[in-house]
Amino acid sequence: MKRTIKSVFFLSFMLSFSAMGAALKIEITQGISSAQPIAIVPFSSQQILGGLAVDIAQVVSDDLARSGRFKPLARTDMLSKPSTSEQVNFRNWQALGQDNLVIGKVTPNVNGMLEVQFQLFDVYKGEQLIGFSIPTSHSGLRVAAHRMSDLIYEKLTGQKGAFSTRMAYVTSMRDVMGKLEYKVQVADADGYGTKTIVTSTEPIMSPSWSPRGDKISYVSYEGGRSSIYTQILKTGQREKLRSFKGINGAPSWSPDGSQLALTLSKAGSADIYIYNVISRSFRRLTKSYAIDTEPDWSPDGRQIIFTSDRGGKPQIYRISVDGGEAVRVTFEGSYNARASYSPDGKHITMVHRVQGEYRIATLDLKTGLTNILTDGRLDESPSYAPNGSMILYSTNDGLKSILAAVSSDGKVRQKLRLQGGEVREPAWSPFK
Amino acid sequence: MKTYQKLIFSLFLSSALAGCSMFGGGDVGGGTNGGVNGGANGGASTEGIDDSDYYAGHPLDNPSSPLSTKVIYFAFDSTTVEPEYGPVLAAHGAYLAANAGVFVMVEGHADERGTREYNVALSEKRANTVQNLLNLQGAGSNRTEAVALGEEKPVAMGHDESAWHLNRRVELVYPAH
Repeated sequence: MKRTIKSVFFLSFMLSFSAMGAALKIEITQGISSAQPIAIVPFSSQQILGGLAVDIAQVVSDDLARSGRFKPLARTDMLSKPSTSEQVNFRNWQALGQDNLVIGKVTPNVNGMLEVQFQLFDVYKGEQLIGFSIPTSHSGLRVAAHRMSDLIYEKLTGQKGAFSTRMAYVTSMRDVMGKLEYKVQVADADGYGTKTIVTSTEPIMSPSWSPRGDKISYVSYEGGRSSIYTQILKTGQREKLRSFKGINGAPSWSPDGSQLALTLSKAGSADIYIYNVISRSFRRLTKSYAIDTEPDWSPDGRQIIFTSDRGGKPQIYRISVDGGEAVRVTFEGSYNARASYSPDGKHITMVHRVQGEYRIATLDLKTGLTNILTDGRLDESPSYAPNGSMILYSTNDGLKSILAAVSSDGKVRQKLRLQGGEVREPAWSPFK
Repeated sequence: MKTYQKLIFSLFLSSALAGCSMFGGGDVGGGTNGGVNGGANGGASTEGIDDSDYYAGHPLDNPSSPLSTKVIYFAFDSTTVEPEYGPVLAAHGAYLAANAGVFVMVEGHADERGTREYNVALSEKRANTVQNLLNLQGAGSNRTEAVALGEEKPVAMGHDESAWHLNRRVELVYPAH
């Protein structure tokens, strides 16, 4: 009992914005046979003194493979490695069964800068689909590569690529003294460039991106009680929202960035409130004796879905941001919680209990059909990619919690392994 | 139940005293047979010592008092306090009522199943139930504070019922104690 008292009253707390080398290791656990074959030839960088620290073609190849929509050709199977269109023999690539081909090179630009040029070809028509030149620096090569992945993905699928986005998540790990340490980290969508934005000896939870991707709000128990903080990513500066007795939780940014939906229990039971970022005022949205929590905004900013046990078991309800009657949205199963809208507003994803196990599911709001996407026991915290193609979530892998992703049709699945402790509550950033 | 335990303890103690000269009790009349009916042999008689009445530590730590129980466990998805905890909460409520300066944090927790923020709300309901029972005993609402920690601070790390049942709990934390 003394231990608990200490952890509540003698906390130490620090803020940091340190870069970490450890990357997430991504493994695709389930793919689809209809993935498009594409050849991404290693980029020429002969004119760069000392070479490049980043294998651009590999970054692009990994990005496209991870989407599940593409099947990049192994380098060892390539018959030639062209870097200009004159060097391309389309018949070679046709013989290898490739639909598309990417070639490119990196050349020096003025003031030590670099120029990344690439071309995407349709192998059968023998024509260029897109060609771009991206100015960058040595340290910006991964960013440039993700931009290329976005352009290629959009050209070939018609859907905007989300490879230049990031993810935030919560980790917990025991320190050398055996004490749990909680962090919010931000990494590129491919797991590289991990940065810690906040560290605490008390729980941190529920990270939520602002719509412009420049801020993250989260719940922190520093001081022993919950409060909501909003932190500016660039500077690390943060602001504590006015907190109340009871729960201060589940922050969710409105699509226009002017408001936060959140959960307060100051009136007795957990209810949804709307916080106005400019006037710093709170408005109560739900008034029930039951639990109302986990709000999320519709993309048009006019509706809020939330979890409520007002019917006895937790289910998803929808209410207008102006208030009024809440309407029940989920009817299948005895446990549906933590829902969020797909970017097009046509679906929601949520945690759905099936035979005592917690899975990630989507609900088609028009047809009312529930689609269970995962097969874990303790799957949690689904978060849509900003293009709606994938859903990040946390799952239990043996003994600990790791991140995983599933395509929104459930066909492609992958696990993202981070070294060390528990990783959970992923939140996919908006587009930059 | 408690009386029964006391009795057993007394009997154990009396046989120990009777049978062992080190305690200086067995040498009266050279008695060696300090049995259950001690005193029947050689004119010697033995008596038990129930030292639970002489507990010298803090009342909240007294192992024979319900005050020493500070964790209340819950059934899955339940916010109902089981009847077995009635005496425990009655004792804590009475203790708070009798000790004006004492304050207690009522920490609600949940197991890992289900979503994190919903579990925070569920753990708050558990804490509120316990808080209300303490208040009914005369604790006074300014003497208790409910804190909802959800599934964020498990005491057992496993992923099955043996760990989950230990994590579905409300802890009574006396900060000054």
